[in-house]
Amino acid sequence: MIAARHGAALASGVIFGLGLAISEMVNPAKVLAFLDVAGDWDPSLILVMAGAVAVALAAFRLILKQPRPALADSFALPTKTRIDGRLLGGAALFGLGWGLVGLCPGPAIGGLAYLMPESLYFLAAMAVGMVIAALLKGAGDGRR
Amino acid sequence: MENFTPLSALIGGALIGVSAALLLGLNGRIAGISGIAGGLFSSAGPARAWRALFLVGLIGGVALYRLAGGPLQEIAPTPSLPYLIGAGLLVGIGTRIGGGCTSGHGICGLARLSPRSIAATVTFIVVAGATVFVVRHLVGGP
Repeated sequence: MIAARHGAALASGVIFGLGLAISEMVNPAKVLAFLDVAGDWDPSLILVMAGAVAVALAAFRLILKQPRPALADSFALPTKTRIDGRLLGGAALFGLGWGLVGLCPGPAIGGLAYLMPESLYFLAAMAVGMVIAALLKGAGDGRR
Repeated sequence: MENFTPLSALIGGALIGVSAALLLGLNGRIAGISGIAGGLFSSAGPARAWRALFLVGLIGGVALYRLAGGPLQEIAPTPSLPYLIGAGLLVGIGTRIGGGCTSGHGICGLARLSPRSIAATVTFIVVAGATVFVVRHLVGGP
């Protein structure tokens, strides 16, 4: 079953990448054109999200009625429900970085297909940021 | 608004939705890219393999579209190195503290009608929009 799970993850990734490429979300200029409401506004990103959410909303309803996923023992779903400072502060930091260059994690990783040094610099810094966040969380958990 | 591409946006978006549905329906996992990538640094060996495979697939999907001659615009030159490094750090820290990015909160979370994800999505879109406004229209860079 583990080989099937790995195959499913790979296939799911390929489809995700195709979606990012077809919708041009791998192009930071396209993303920045959406975020630039006061400039030459390009609303495409809204439709990318709408298309993705519409499909996922319908599919998730059916999927989550099943007792378990087809290839695994249980669903790994987020358990937190509280809207707190960590959630909003983290989202704000992410929004700041996203707005600076127009790259978020999916398109930044997908951009590796272009072999651009820019993607590598961004991703190296993003990886360092993720490790810093993990260390901060570890320190926070230690105090509690 | 001459750059608006509604059809390719909807088709690409729908494919991302299909990908999220497959990952949840088959493996029981949420297709949040920052969570999948972040788990490479924080999870043990066996839990890393599927994450790496998903991300390799994602890069492969973009490459496939390129090889197939898909009408993808060449990626515009990105800003200078300090901007890229600063933005990368902020995105890495912010998505891990906030528990998600555009895919995890913005697509999967909204599809689950999660109040946390709705609050996070509104927050990062508004902050990103404000950042672009300041950078492009007040500062005049990068």
